[in-house]
Amino acid sequence: MDGFLTLLYKEVLRFWKVGFQTVAAPVLTSLLYLLIFSHVLEQHVKVYDNVSYTSFLVPGLVMMSVLQNAFANSSSSLIQSKVTGNIIFVLLPPISYRQFFAAYVLAAVVRGFVVGFGVLLGTLWFVGLTWAAPLWILVFAVLGGAIMGALGVIAGIWAEKFDQLAAFQNFIIMPLTFLSGVFYSIHSLPPFWQQVSHFNPIFYMIDGFRYGFFGVSDVSPLLSLGVVAACFVVLTAFTLWLLRIGYKLRA
Amino acid sequence: MNSAIRIEGVTKRFGSVQALAGVDLEIPQGEFFGLLGPNGAGKTTLISALAGLVRPDVGRLAVMGHDVVSEYRAARRQLGVVPQELVFDPFFSVRESLEIQSGYFGIRDNATWIDEILENLDLTSKADTNMRQLSGGMKRRVLVAQALVHRPPVIVLDEPTAGVDVELRQGLWSFVRRLNRDGHTIVLTTHYLEEAESLCGRIAMLKQGRIVALDTTANLLRRFSGHTLRLRLAGDVALPESLKKRVAGESDSEFAFALASCEEIEAILHDLRESGCRIEDIEVGKPDLEEVFVRVMNNRT
Repeated sequence: MDGFLTLLYKEVLRFWKVGFQTVAAPVLTSLLYLLIFSHVLEQHVKVYDNVSYTSFLVPGLVMMSVLQNAFANSSSSLIQSKVTGNIIFVLLPPISYRQFFAAYVLAAVVRGFVVGFGVLLGTLWFVGLTWAAPLWILVFAVLGGAIMGALGVIAGIWAEKFDQLAAFQNFIIMPLTFLSGVFYSIHSLPPFWQQVSHFNPIFYMIDGFRYGFFGVSDVSPLLSLGVVAACFVVLTAFTLWLLRIGYKLRA
Repeated sequence: MNSAIRIEGVTKRFGSVQALAGVDLEIPQGEFFGLLGPNGAGKTTLISALAGLVRPDVGRLAVMGHDVVSEYRAARRQLGVVPQELVFDPFFSVRESLEIQSGYFGIRDNATWIDEILENLDLTSKADTNMRQLSGGMKRRVLVAQALVHRPPVIVLDEPTAGVDVELRQGLWSFVRRLNRDGHTIVLTTHYLEEAESLCGRIAMLKQGRIVALDTTANLLRRFSGHTLRLRLAGDVALPESLKKRVAGESDSEFAFALASCEEIEAILHDLRESGCRIEDIEVGKPDLEEVFVRVMNNRT
């Protein structure tokens, strides 16, 4: 097998072997969010005409699962390998830094997709969804997952202890995902916070992804695609640069 | 023919620590080479530089003629490294670990060779055991196996016998000896000097990032060590003048003589007999690498 394919296979096998923790648990968490928020807010919140609050919530939760799990996969794999020292198993072979990047990011996307699909399946039987533009759904899921996978690579390489990674996850990733319009339309926010939300790249991932289901969104899906694609390019370039210079991996 | 390893003017600094201070070293193919030195001498840094884990500040390293930076892919295919730390991936079994490692080197269907390695390292019965469940010695064997999956012509073992029981140590050495006989170049670092003495044809000693001794094991032993003769004389008889100037060490009525060869014993005994000395106790010490090591390390640099 090619080095890249093996590393991808190993990364997928790694999370699959602990599937309760890496797939089942986040699916359940998202379903609980859905249950609670839809129960409390279904009668009180109306975001778009013809779209119930519960329906509105589902794509947001799916995308949030994709993003959070993509980040968790690459970052936790790398920090574990670094702390236990078995990172040398992938540093000694003739794997290029591009292959290294591609394998970790793609495995992160796979984990995000598996969890996201699980959430979608879990909601299908009690939430009616429409599929206005399936291609947009796919494009935003892939790009969003890849962005978070790359961010996970950066965080996993940068962090030297689990504590630092947890800080990155809880103080950066979590607020950005929770405040990205998963649970509400940013149009319901005061003008100031609407403006702030426009600086959150995850807002565009959620909004574009949701557009794929309902054909309506807070901002134009093209703008969202532009922002998300630009983020992807910049993060990819930065991550590749870190890997090329061997930042914290090769002294 | 390319050298198995060629190191030219390599320096590496970590903050205020000069880990490598200009190392030049060439190891021909097929050699069993020892890299010795106290902790912190730079052995592991040198090995890491060879493996691409550390980037030298200055200088070049090549494995089988391939530069480890500009031709890192070719260089890494030629090199198998057994790391010093007992690392493992807790997610996988022994066989999975070896299959994955083979894949990293672009090798498909490596089962036959993997079985052979497992057999030789006495791991066959543990093939499907998860890495977490193995003892320290077993994990060490898996590390050796992982270094060999791609049949590298050059094998580097960084203190492979630290904390390993006698049985495994002997099994490991007979396997490594066989690899060497089959043409593999072996580079070994160890703190067990008797191991280095019996295994290595040539030895480099590192101190503070520099090579302070480099020669065949036999030459090092000859140059820095040798046979010693220790005598305790009975009574209060003085040593004859001819022998006094040869005494290398003296305590009470015990005298030590350094010998260039065993034949000198005959002459010393003859002189003692002539002057009426009576020997109460006698001991002949063989040359050993430990003495060489201590002498080389204590030399001011």
